[in-house]
Amino acid sequence: MGENILKEGISSGRLPPSQLEKNFADLHPPLDRHEALVEAERCYFCHDAPCQEACPTEIDIPLFIREISTGNVLGAAKTIFNQNILGGMCARVCPTETLCEEVCVREEAEGKPVKIGHLQRYATDMAMERNAQFFTRATDTGKRIAVVGAGPAGIACAHRLSTHGHDVTIFDARDKAGGLNEYGIASYKTVDGFAQAELEYVTAIGGIKIELGQALGRDFSLDDLKKKYDAVFVGVGMGGVNALRAEGEDAQGVADAVDFIADLRQTDDLSKIEIGRRIIVIGGGMTAIDAAVQAKLLGAEEVTICYRRGHEEMNASEFEQNLATTKGVVVRHWLQPKKVLTAEGKVTGLELEYTEMVDGRLKGMGHTATLPADQIFKAIGQKLDTHHAQGLELVGGRIEVDENGKTSRQGIWAGGDCVAGGDDLTVTAVAQGRDAAESIHGALMGETR
Amino acid sequence: MADLTNNFVGIKSPNPFWLASAPPTDKAYNVTRAFKAGWGGVMWKTLGEDGPPVVNVNGPRYGAIWGGDRRLLGMNNIELITDRELQVNLREIKQIKKDWPDRAVVVSLMVPCEEDAWKAILPVVEETGADGIELNFGCPHGMSERGMGSAVGQVPEYIEMVTRWCKANTSMPVIVKLTPNITDIRYPARAAHKGGADAVSLINTINSIVSVDLESFSPNPSIDGKGSHGGYCGPAVKPIALNMVAEIARDPETAGLPISGIGGITTWRDAAEFMALGSGNVQVCTAVMTYGFKIVEEMISGLSNWMDEEGYTSIDQFVGKAVPKVSDWQYLNLNHITKAKINQDLCIKCGRCHIACEDTSHQAIMAQKDGKRHFEVMNDECVGCNLCVLVCPIEDCIVMEALEPGVIDERTGKVVEKDYANWTTHPNNPAAAKEPAE
Ligand SMILES: Cc1cc2nc3c(=O)[nH]c(=O)nc-3n(C[C@H](O)[C@H](O)[C@H](O)COP(=O)(O)OP(=O)(O)OC[C@H]3O[C@@H](n4cnc5c(N)ncnc54)[C@H](O)[C@@H]3O)c2cc1C
Ligand SMILES: Cc1cc2nc3c(=O)[nH]c(=O)nc-3n(C[C@H](O)[C@H](O)[C@H](O)COP(=O)(O)O)c2cc1C
Ligand code: SF4
Repeated sequence: MGENILKEGISSGRLPPSQLEKNFADLHPPLDRHEALVEAERCYFCHDAPCQEACPTEIDIPLFIREISTGNVLGAAKTIFNQNILGGMCARVCPTETLCEEVCVREEAEGKPVKIGHLQRYATDMAMERNAQFFTRATDTGKRIAVVGAGPAGIACAHRLSTHGHDVTIFDARDKAGGLNEYGIASYKTVDGFAQAELEYVTAIGGIKIELGQALGRDFSLDDLKKKYDAVFVGVGMGGVNALRAEGEDAQGVADAVDFIADLRQTDDLSKIEIGRRIIVIGGGMTAIDAAVQAKLLGAEEVTICYRRGHEEMNASEFEQNLATTKGVVVRHWLQPKKVLTAEGKVTGLELEYTEMVDGRLKGMGHTATLPADQIFKAIGQKLDTHHAQGLELVGGRIEVDENGKTSRQGIWAGGDCVAGGDDLTVTAVAQGRDAAESIHGALMGETR
Repeated sequence: MADLTNNFVGIKSPNPFWLASAPPTDKAYNVTRAFKAGWGGVMWKTLGEDGPPVVNVNGPRYGAIWGGDRRLLGMNNIELITDRELQVNLREIKQIKKDWPDRAVVVSLMVPCEEDAWKAILPVVEETGADGIELNFGCPHGMSERGMGSAVGQVPEYIEMVTRWCKANTSMPVIVKLTPNITDIRYPARAAHKGGADAVSLINTINSIVSVDLESFSPNPSIDGKGSHGGYCGPAVKPIALNMVAEIARDPETAGLPISGIGGITTWRDAAEFMALGSGNVQVCTAVMTYGFKIVEEMISGLSNWMDEEGYTSIDQFVGKAVPKVSDWQYLNLNHITKAKINQDLCIKCGRCHIACEDTSHQAIMAQKDGKRHFEVMNDECVGCNLCVLVCPIEDCIVMEALEPGVIDERTGKVVEKDYANWTTHPNNPAAAKEPAE
């Protein structure tokens, strides 16, 4: 174990590099050919398959699995990419246990769904390994479209637009493209620089220019884009982080979980990432789980997730919660932060209040508990930086769109986390980006949509 | 992308995947769905004479055998030809051909063995605009008791005669569908050829009883306590069908006679194998009855990707490519000596290879080494039979390796010859010639 792990406070290098490498390896090693064939054989090729319906991008799952089982793996990859150009990333990050695999008839029959996500990875990995490209650009339409945000929504939109022969420019504020694929998703779900490799694979179709370090609201406005382009797609995700509303949240040692994860994702040396000995993560979603698990993997001794509601209400799936507990994270429910305890301006602990549901409303019970901590991560949800909206109608703090991704402003579409009504998943962002592209294409080419 | 278009005896279709004459092609409703799904053509469910249609049993008509996990491996049926009015079928065929001009619509026929019966039906079929006819000489149950179906298909003289009548009375291409319920498939194929058939199609179903209920002692499917033999089809019959297709393809007497391959075809791979053995296209029945019409999407993408990978741009570039590789046993090279080899890294030590070889073959796999569980081939006993490879649960864990010429075969103590030598010249063959006969 080494004694570094016992260092008080926030410190780097709690674990030796060899252990870190092991901890951050691929969560699910890829299926080999035999495993893939055995798994593919389990698919019943259902009629009007529930899995396909449950997939936000509606991949023809029975067909691609059948293609795998007949040795036509590239055909399978094409079937996947036809619907979901980021099928490789989605195979790694989708909470399949609440999507396709939840409704697999095998789940119904025997509690063991076909491993759809793993099979999807098997097929898409092979296509990418061989750099098999399935899409070509239609003849140049002369139309130019601006996409703001190079996350899954923006990339999916740009790719679909490019297949239709439009020219796309993507603007992104950060200095790497990929959005949360690059900065957010847990490291062990997307090892070996997969996000950038996928981006390269997808943009190989051509007709897509990416301008990095270009922020909407700072370097240009929506009006600027409207003047220069035939259509605009906004896929800026959610940059802002909600406030904790606990006393003392400015203390040294209180940080945003997303920033911690972004640093982790960008580092080339995990042993340089600083982490506390005792960590509290506040929240109940995927971000909370990812921050907690990765804190543990970095060598934090005690990691506790505190969530103000019950197990059932947690946004993180059953699988994610189990993953956290097997990695040694403690998950506590019905606790909300009240006061950050500090000494000399540094975090020493957190006072929490017990909560309960009264008449359908969450209420503090007055009783408190105190947990020692030297680092606190906030993972209580992100929000749209509303100055990105620039005249677009909002609902619930996010951009309002119709079923085709049209915003309230003529000529501007939006999709992904920044729009209302989604479920904050990579796969949903892809679906919305793709569908908005179809709508833009229809509008530009004179179809009434 | 590879070109999948098919030209079979002048009948053009966008791909070589046709539906065999059976319930999936019994009605315009089904056929429309099939064409929408992407099938290249259909053999309409067999029509009979004008007049009151045949009747089917009203109890279960199908039986099956399953593999593990209830995967359907073989099916049998006791269904007859279409039980719908001739006029209704003809009307629908005409409409379908009009609606789907680019797809193949061939009409399967079975009428009594009298020239007048054929003379009566051929013009009304031709009038629909159908692309051709298929003579059902294969149905093994019910119709055969009435002197039709396999009762005709089992007598080469009848096949030739009826084929000739059809050729004389219609200008449509005539495809003769053969029954596998014979001893040597080449004879009925030759008869069809002599009668002037444009092509043969095979196989129809095989006489079978799929199972017996051990409480009622009735064969399945059981109709009120009794069953009759039915026609067997599905994945289980594919090897039989492949052999029959190959036998016809390499028979000098029927050389060049187009073949439409049928029997257990479920995936693009099955289809490609039939085509490699000489089938100009393929027909499918049980697979769509198991999984629905949508499987054709997999067949199209699979065949097309395989052709791209192998560099074939059109189907005729590989049709028949395996035919020259099918040989009589006596011409196989006896100097080609192989030994099984177990990959110790892949071996999971189940012992199946050992017990198969020990109990039933040549005692060539040890089960222990240095007191430990260990499976290894003993080259001085291995005859290279391949049994261990087949029973091993791990793919590629046991492989057959050929001995290089010049090394010593530890089993016989003889040096492996580099020259080809077969049974025709083998010293043990009493009829051996001096020189190899090929
Ligand atoms: C920690 C974490 C873990 C997650 N894990 C999973 C998971 O396992 N599975 C899953 O399905 N989902 C997961 N999600 C959710 C998923 O990542 C998002 O739903 C998805 O990335 C949304 O895609 P998007 O394109 O809408 O936005 P984003 O991925 O956020 O991309 C938005 C892009 O817009 C850019 N941008 C922002 N503002 C501007 C501006 N003003 N000008 C220009 N560019 C701008 C950003 O730099 C970014 O590149 C996770 C999220 C987080 C935070
Ligand atoms: C239920 C059923 C009905 C069939 N009816 C006919 C028929 O009317 N005419 C015919 O030529 N063949 C008929 N066949 C045989 C099929 O056309 C086909 O030759 C056979 O099933 C083998 O192909 P498969 O293994 O793909 O099913 C029938 C088969 C089945 C299963
Ligand atoms: S498939 Fe089932 S429901 Fe349909 S006709 Fe046959 S027995 Fe009836």
